[in-house]
Amino acid sequence: MFDSIKLRKQHGYQAIRDIRTATVKAPFRGFPRLDGEKCDLSCLACTAVCPTGAIATEPLRIDLGRCTFCGECERGCGTGAIQFSSAHSLASTDRNDLIIQSGQTPESFRETAIQSRREIHRLFGRSLKLRQVSAAGCNGCEMELNAANNVNFDMGRFGIEFVASPRHADGIVITGPISRNMAPALKDAYLSISEPRIVVAVGTCAISGGIFADSAQLDRSFLDEVPVDLYIPGCPPHPLTIIGGLLDFRRHK
Amino acid sequence: MNWAITKNLQAIQVHDIPRLPLNTFREQLLKACKQGKRLVQFFGDAETDGIVLYTVLADDEHSYLYVASTHLKDRREYPSFTNYLPAFHLFEREIFEQFSITPVGHPWLKPVRKGIAEISKAEIPYPFFSMDGEEVHEVGVGPIHAGIIEPGHFRFACVGEEVHHLEIQLGFQHRGIEKLFLEHQDKQQHLLGLAESIAGDTVIGHSGTYARAVEALSGITVSRRAMIIRTIALELERIGIHLGDLSALATDVAYLTGSAVFGALRTSIINTTLALCGSRFGRGLMTPGGVNFDISEEIQGNIRTIIDDIENRIELAAEVMFASSSVLSRFEKTGVVSFETAQQIGMVGPAARASGLALDVRSDHPFGGYIHFPVHKMTLTSGDVFARAYIRYIEIMQSIRIIREQLAHLPKGELKKELHKLKPHLFVISMAEGWRGEIVHTVITDKDGRLKRYKIKDPSFHNWFGLALAVRGNGISDFPVCNKSFNLSYCGFDL
Repeated sequence: MFDSIKLRKQHGYQAIRDIRTATVKAPFRGFPRLDGEKCDLSCLACTAVCPTGAIATEPLRIDLGRCTFCGECERGCGTGAIQFSSAHSLASTDRNDLIIQSGQTPESFRETAIQSRREIHRLFGRSLKLRQVSAAGCNGCEMELNAANNVNFDMGRFGIEFVASPRHADGIVITGPISRNMAPALKDAYLSISEPRIVVAVGTCAISGGIFADSAQLDRSFLDEVPVDLYIPGCPPHPLTIIGGLLDFRRHK
Repeated sequence: MNWAITKNLQAIQVHDIPRLPLNTFREQLLKACKQGKRLVQFFGDAETDGIVLYTVLADDEHSYLYVASTHLKDRREYPSFTNYLPAFHLFEREIFEQFSITPVGHPWLKPVRKGIAEISKAEIPYPFFSMDGEEVHEVGVGPIHAGIIEPGHFRFACVGEEVHHLEIQLGFQHRGIEKLFLEHQDKQQHLLGLAESIAGDTVIGHSGTYARAVEALSGITVSRRAMIIRTIALELERIGIHLGDLSALATDVAYLTGSAVFGALRTSIINTTLALCGSRFGRGLMTPGGVNFDISEEIQGNIRTIIDDIENRIELAAEVMFASSSVLSRFEKTGVVSFETAQQIGMVGPAARASGLALDVRSDHPFGGYIHFPVHKMTLTSGDVFARAYIRYIEIMQSIRIIREQLAHLPKGELKKELHKLKPHLFVISMAEGWRGEIVHTVITDKDGRLKRYKIKDPSFHNWFGLALAVRGNGISDFPVCNKSFNLSYCGFDL
């Protein structure tokens, strides 16, 4: 009994008080800062080491939807043109905005990346219930989504929760590159959610197929049929990236 | 007896592996298993003139691995081994699926990974075991489960509340990863990314096993410093997941204090991994030839502070949790796997150790930092949820001691060495003890030193069957806590 009390006292208050100003320390690889001026366009050291073809030159750019944040390009580049910052706001409502250009800053990205919509705010601004479907996700994104609900990040305090039944959900969160074997179940789950419903793609695999993009065992046709409302990149995305992305998405400026 | 004898990470020439006639192969294999050698790997490899079956057995006591093969040529079948040793059953199903080689007499020849999506369609009925009788009913769960977890299908055959049999059908996560290893072999970075994603909760475990395999094939050894950094990362991964599992187990029996406390402790451990390499799961740390990140004086200090701090907290939390009668009444005698069962089906890792099976690659087939610092194998005997929970606690404490020991002996040295071209015609077995148990990557190179076969075995491959047997005779409502006590990988199994 006394040990129980001692344990609770020791545990204390664990939640991050202000989640919107919380930062992640280096060497966390978040938003990549690109400096095209420094880039020696002919060397292509970065494209040679990128496992997913996320980086391109002329002009220098990184597609966060394909990037696995492995940091190989930063190490491979001798000029310092690529530097991953620890800024964790990476989510976007527009797939094209995930392509980071030279000179963009985390602040300038965050200004425009999420186009908030009035009806989203009206419908889900106070309560957003989501059904998560792992479609060949490796358990990295799944663990970070779970972490977003733990005592440290405590996303539930914003009224964003994961529910068991799609019938109770306002939208679907997809992780993983979508295997052929999971494609029918994913579609079923989506169709079981009543309209209006949103689609959130969490993690590089869900957004582009990631490291598995050219596997013959994938069936990504679901994403051709259904528009994605929010992209949350990362491999896996940090819980702060997930929570910040969802909060920005349902906010109304 | 005609075997090629090798050790963990000791590459041998492919042509030194005996190619035996099927009958001899079968006789010596079954005899060796009967004499106590443990089945580690059994897989096929396609050659121009037919399929070759390789088998790897372990002599854990003496740290030897025994390899033999048989060439099936135009044969499409062989007599199944499963009836002699159940540990073969999944290997044989896998070979059947990958190469259409039929193990004649196999009791359970069903898909492992292919064509699984069709199960949900009524026109292709999947032959689940079924039973009839009064109060008999079936419960189908999945592929999508209630929480944020990976997909798989569970079919319970129940009598009233009691589970008579559980059939687990996985394969939903199949990404064709072994094939991708061959297709992308010209880009080392791609292979590393694949290795890190075999099971995203075992990033260090699998990427380290991959790195050591290709290092052995190219004939280099990483510096002692890199070795120790890898070891520390692997132990941090183990502590992090074990803490998460204790938290999840507490959640499942509605012991919310444990759920919150262990969850918060896990956060501080995985944030330490982040401070080391920029990823909470250790992504980006490993590279063939060494590591990408050094462990500076400052980070060493951080790690020491964190483990000193949480050691006491974990001890208190565990003492309180394992003394709570409400927790114990759910954990004890629930989901029992006997020693005999664990041995017969080839269980590995903490789940096997909880049933008294003393297997630990760190000790049996030491690699990297464990070569110089032996690890003591720890077992419990009750084989129930309690044992699988409690062994996590004692392993966390052991990992803390290992990290301290390794940090105290961190030599200077280069972080990364250049990887040479892989040598031709080699066969290497790379084994590691991930937090879930024995990870095995078996790699064969061709005449040009290119990867010819990349065979992956996650510990889940054996242990899922352990879960299926553990829940027999238990209430169906105890399934979640049994499942958490194993915490197996879906994608690690599905590949």
